[in-house]
Amino acid sequence: MQTHREIFRSIKDIPREEFLAGGTGLCGGCGGLLGLRLFSKALGPNTVFVNAAGCMTLLAVFPFSPFRGSWLYTAMACAPAGAQGVRDALDVLIEKGRLPPSDDVSVVVVTGDGAAHGIGLQSTLAAVHRGLDFFYFCYDNEAFGNTGFQMSPSSPLGSRTATTPPGSTAPAGTTTRKQDLFELWRAQSPPFVATVSPAYPLDLMDKVARAKRRAGPKLFLSFATCPPGWGVEPADAVTVAKLAVETGVWPLKEAVDGAVTHTVVPHRFRPVEDYLVVQTRYRHLFEPVRQEELLRQLQEVVDRYWASAHNNNG
Amino acid sequence: MTRDLLTGNAAAAWAARLAAVDYIPAYPITPATEIVETLADWVRRGEIQSRLVTMDSEHSMLAAAGAAAATGARVFTASSSQGLLYAIEMLYAVAGWRVPLVLVNVARAVAAPITLEPDHNDILAARDSGFLQIHTASCQEVLDSILIGYRLAEHPDVLLPVLVNLDGFYLSFSREPVDIPDANEVREFLPTYEPVHARFSASHAMAQGVAVLGASAYAFFKYQMQRAAEMAETVHETIATEFCRRFGRCYGSVEGYRLDDADLVIVMSNSFSTIGKAEVRRLRERGHRVGLLRLRIVRPFPHKELVWLLGGRRAVAVIDQNLSVGKGGILFAEIASAFQGRPAPPMLSFVGGLGGRRFRPGEFDQIAAAMARAAHEGGSSVPRLLYSAVEYRQVSEMLRIAHHDVPASVV
Ligand SMILES: Cc1ncc(C[n+]2csc(CCOP(=O)(O)OP(=O)(O)O)c2C)c(N)n1
Ligand code: SF4
Repeated sequence: MQTHREIFRSIKDIPREEFLAGGTGLCGGCGGLLGLRLFSKALGPNTVFVNAAGCMTLLAVFPFSPFRGSWLYTAMACAPAGAQGVRDALDVLIEKGRLPPSDDVSVVVVTGDGAAHGIGLQSTLAAVHRGLDFFYFCYDNEAFGNTGFQMSPSSPLGSRTATTPPGSTAPAGTTTRKQDLFELWRAQSPPFVATVSPAYPLDLMDKVARAKRRAGPKLFLSFATCPPGWGVEPADAVTVAKLAVETGVWPLKEAVDGAVTHTVVPHRFRPVEDYLVVQTRYRHLFEPVRQEELLRQLQEVVDRYWASAHNNNG
Repeated sequence: MTRDLLTGNAAAAWAARLAAVDYIPAYPITPATEIVETLADWVRRGEIQSRLVTMDSEHSMLAAAGAAAATGARVFTASSSQGLLYAIEMLYAVAGWRVPLVLVNVARAVAAPITLEPDHNDILAARDSGFLQIHTASCQEVLDSILIGYRLAEHPDVLLPVLVNLDGFYLSFSREPVDIPDANEVREFLPTYEPVHARFSASHAMAQGVAVLGASAYAFFKYQMQRAAEMAETVHETIATEFCRRFGRCYGSVEGYRLDDADLVIVMSNSFSTIGKAEVRRLRERGHRVGLLRLRIVRPFPHKELVWLLGGRRAVAVIDQNLSVGKGGILFAEIASAFQGRPAPPMLSFVGGLGGRRFRPGEFDQIAAAMARAAHEGGSSVPRLLYSAVEYRQVSEMLRIAHHDVPASVV
């Protein structure tokens, strides 16, 4: 595999210290939580996590918080606006000498794909437009996980969700294509936009280290296996996340000042089917009858993506 | 101190300036825009040390406002009508975070149909959110109530955000002489905000707005808010007394007008109560012993004061400038409930002044007559909708010109 790393080159570079404690109420094998844990390890303890409604809202449950830093739950639509208020207040208080600069903290939005692509997209793009200095961590489990796995704009074509169950009028399940949050962000030229995966911790943490050096909006779009929603065993969460990268379904990339680089590129791509067959949310593609045409389309989407990525040298 | 002709909006902006607010998230809506525009101008000229950020909606505006207050800044913002309703989800959140800030609402009726003129369905939709509510009747009171509002919101026994209401057009754009207190004197009354519990910093980690599992924790938080709001009654009294001593203007939860010897009492709120006062003077000249009670603080609701001031009257009429569809006037229901378990005067409910519609002198004659009758026959909670034959004819005429049939159901 072709890789690109600056700071986190080996497992030994990962700090042992935890800033997000274990024992939370989230599902075993939650890919979103695993990604967030690695993310916070790279970021350090001086953080405020500003959260939109979703599974991660159940991280801080009165009177406990698993974070070494601070936490603010806002609402589903407006975590980036909450981040704006925190950032601005910190700036003003430091400017006026009411808070020592050493007391400053990084502001991080934590949100699921449902909030990021849907109800929260307005406040997100607005915060990017204002050039807010913040990290945006979106764990992408490709549906509304917390409410029982309903379709979100991030749900992939051909996947089963609770509101797009496959049926005679829509054998594909979800009939729409996954909305591209990476490109929605990139269109506004923020300094840093990346996809990451908890199955590639060094890549993830290295990107955080690079992003930390830049002011402005910074997106981390993190692949998030969701065992109950996807129908995989908790123990297989990381394997499935690996398969997503090895089949080319989840490209690991970053855009620094708009220029896209793929940070992990498999030498040989595995067939997309290898990734699909291990999840019950795609079972209807294989039984009772194989949906050949749809499977071909799903492979084609990935092939086309990589063909254009190679052509653009990205 | 200087004295100037200020609109209600300018008075609100002046109050924010005098309170030396740190942060102003903004989103425009008529008739509140002038408040934020005025502040933006001062920020750009360097006349105030505040940061003003234009947000993408009122929902985001309140999220930013609350989050900044939770970080330890003094925050001011303003909205109206559709904007306030759009932000309601965040009003509940911010109040639940127990962070102090002042939000000005420039009252405007709510669509549909859409209009720019005021009534109080917008502000009263925020009634149960946990924001305290001060309803003002003059440009001076707007300025003063915002300063008092910060002291109230930031008081360690209260820690609830405050909504200050002023009527769109009638106050927002009316110029009145306003005393602008000296900045140093205001600083003595309202020192720099020192957060008691709410602040985010590297040396002070805090979890705010967390989830609760189970009703016992949820109710624990909600009951604390209720207790804080109850405390706010006496806290407001203390602050208002101090304000009165320093600045010579005195405010209570309610304002009485010619109440002492009044047999019949009209209850109103906000700017139209000045119309009510003029009508009281006119009715007095005709021999009715009428007085007026203006409800100034709607949250915390002044149960005791109302019972004290209205109890024993021969009749009371509540004029609501809002409509809870299918019920009637919201304030009538609140005032009537204050008498639960005590002898109440006969009470009548009137709904009018919707969408900026002015009250007519003839209506006050009818209200006085109805009260006089109720004094013998007893009151009624069935709302009477103030709508005149003249208005009905106006609408009929419009419909006729547009070639539509005229519905008969309203009259
Ligand atoms: C305004 C509003 N509408 C609906 C909800 C209910 N709700 C809570 S979590 C959630 C799903 C969030 O989905 P996503 O952002 O993908 O995060 P995940 O649940 O997958 O962690 C919804 C719809 C809400 N909290 N607020
Ligand atoms: S439902 Fe999915 S995303 Fe939510 S906690 Fe469980 S595994 Fe994580």
